[in-house]
Amino acid sequence: MTAALGAALVGLAAVALYGVLGGADFGGGVWDLLASGPRRDAQRAAISNAIGPVWESNHIWLIFAWVIGFTCFPPAYADVTTYLYVPLTFALVGIVLRGAAFVFRNYASDVAPLARTWTAVFGASSIIAPFFLGDAVGALATGRFAWWSPLALGTGLFAVALCAQVAAVFLLRETPDPMLRADFRRRAVRATFAVWILGLLPVSIARLSEPGLFAALTGPAAISAIAIAMLLGIGVLAAVAFHRDALARVVVGAQVLAVLGGWFGAQAPALVPGRWTFATAASPPATLDAFLVVAAGGAVVLIPSLLLLFAVFKGPARTA
Amino acid sequence: MDHVIAARAQMGTSLAFHIVFAAFGVGLPLLVFIAEGLWLRTGRRPYYDLARTWAKGMAILFAVGAVSGTILSFELGLLWPEFMRYAGSLIGLPFSFEGFAFFIEAIFIGLYLYGWDRLSPIAHWLSALPIAISGAVSAGFVTMVNAWMNAPTGFHLQGGRIVDVDPIAAMFSAPWLVETLHTTVAAYVVTGFGAAAVCALALLRPGTEARREQIRAGLTIAMVVASVAIPLQWVVGDTIARFDAEHEPVKFASMEVVMRTQRDAPITIGGIIGPDGAHDAIEIPGALSFLAAFDRNAEVKGLDRVPPADRPPLAIVHYSFDSMVGTASLLLLIAGWWVIVALRRRPVSRPLLYALGLSGPLSVVALEAGWFVTEFGRQPWIAVGLMRTSDAVTSAPGLDLAFYGFSLVYVVLGATCWWLLRRVGNDPQRGARASLVEPA
Repeated sequence: MTAALGAALVGLAAVALYGVLGGADFGGGVWDLLASGPRRDAQRAAISNAIGPVWESNHIWLIFAWVIGFTCFPPAYADVTTYLYVPLTFALVGIVLRGAAFVFRNYASDVAPLARTWTAVFGASSIIAPFFLGDAVGALATGRFAWWSPLALGTGLFAVALCAQVAAVFLLRETPDPMLRADFRRRAVRATFAVWILGLLPVSIARLSEPGLFAALTGPAAISAIAIAMLLGIGVLAAVAFHRDALARVVVGAQVLAVLGGWFGAQAPALVPGRWTFATAASPPATLDAFLVVAAGGAVVLIPSLLLLFAVFKGPARTA
Repeated sequence: MDHVIAARAQMGTSLAFHIVFAAFGVGLPLLVFIAEGLWLRTGRRPYYDLARTWAKGMAILFAVGAVSGTILSFELGLLWPEFMRYAGSLIGLPFSFEGFAFFIEAIFIGLYLYGWDRLSPIAHWLSALPIAISGAVSAGFVTMVNAWMNAPTGFHLQGGRIVDVDPIAAMFSAPWLVETLHTTVAAYVVTGFGAAAVCALALLRPGTEARREQIRAGLTIAMVVASVAIPLQWVVGDTIARFDAEHEPVKFASMEVVMRTQRDAPITIGGIIGPDGAHDAIEIPGALSFLAAFDRNAEVKGLDRVPPADRPPLAIVHYSFDSMVGTASLLLLIAGWWVIVALRRRPVSRPLLYALGLSGPLSVVALEAGWFVTEFGRQPWIAVGLMRTSDAVTSAPGLDLAFYGFSLVYVVLGATCWWLLRRVGNDPQRGARASLVEPA
């Protein structure tokens, strides 16, 4: 059990990092689609520059979580990929088109019709991917893989709002232009309100139509995580309003973690509710132990590399 | 479309598409590393321009490779959940290693592509090295999974269930070394000839006079890599064939259309393949026995050793094998021609430029044909002797729709990618700034 717990924690860390970093990249695409006003092109340029160097490595947290799924919890993974085939396929299409469109639109930037087309694809797929990933999470939580249920669809909308909020907050420190920063500041405030409203949506739907899940969501672990997430949402508003942009980044990241904590708190120890727990789905100890050794060794190489990447491209020099 | 066929068609299309991008993802960082290193050493501008041009191609190819690789990793579960349920604990370890290698690749490609003005010249040059290494290493890890599927090991069976799982032993299944070498060297073959072909065709085209020096430098670097890789690939390929004769006899017999177990077995080239073997083929008597065991009297195991239901689709395996060996022979000749010209310090003639231009597509044919041999040659099994492909497939409906949908995605991605790469090749300055969109 301890090795299974360790693998589960590594998996949760990967999901959380993907939620924050990958989510911010999807949110950047959302704001790219919604770019408007006199600084529309400048907004898009800032988004491109912010995402460019990091989106490929941020994306790999998802691959990593996926690999942990089939390596450490294969039967749960197989059920999820079988019964959530539809939302996962749509999410995959979104992920693929997002990445390709991002590169294509930048390399075709001087050919207007192509640049416009791929920019539209980039924005649309940046909504499709988090929506269906959120939908899959909601469907998993229903315990019957009901990806068409109001709860799953509501969770998808919430995921998109969350991505947009994180992106707007992150973008505050991605441009030295005060006007652009004011644009993103307004968007960060609006998105935080959207997160509040859409965050209550899945909970309200659960209350109406998913009594089992609602009971889990109002259990001590989940309810405290949700309360913390809501408080951190207020913290995001305050930090953004008072121009504490670096602090806002930390708070919005913590808020996403708290939201994920609410989900895990409601679901744990179930991995696939009604079917698999972390313990029953776990691979044999030999596999889990080997995986944890690989993960520890890999982290030794990965963490300094990631820090280097972020130090070069996300340091304070950019806003100086 | 039949359910299993639809799943196989989608997986096969995905792999055939991705493998080309993966090959360039392994090889191009090495070419870029050499070009930029030569610039740092000599200070000559054409090397710098070459590195920048290749880096732009690398950015496009790597992005498409990353997203098409994501499709594959999703398809493992979306198409073959029963295989992953059964074998996930055995094959997960190389994928975990590969995840880290892929991470390093993505991190340093970000640093390299966007770091021209942010890193010192030496640091920038060195940031290409981790991309080159982790690219090769991740290709190796993925191939280790394929090796396991060819020769599953690292467990015991107890009433059909897998017990005593040993994931380390599973990583190092019998074919792991020959297969990973064959795949990794193939990446350098394809990148070397592919880049050389682009340069050769550019030299044949009017309007490239201003960039002649850069293009010639590119041709030389690419052909040095290709000329090292292709003879090496012949040695590895010969080894893997001998390995297959002993350890994967059914695949070997299909490659060579050996219907019955026999001594003094011939090599069969081409021919018309029917259910009873090859007709009107070129046969070299005794050559197969000799190549497989250096003894004309050595016994070669034939397809008669397994029931018809357990045999791979004979024609496609045989023709793919012949295509791979045929194209690889031409590549060896072209590389030899170039080496002789280069060693005598002669200018590269127009006929040689045309041959080099042809070598790019030939190397891709060799790559795809080789992949066809190993994948079709393993059928009807997904893991030989352990699980049939038809038992691994998902129960989710609508796979044919997904196949058509993803095929459309590949057509659009492939066409756009081709168009963008041509633009970079024709005019490296236009529409392809390193930071993509300049900051406001």
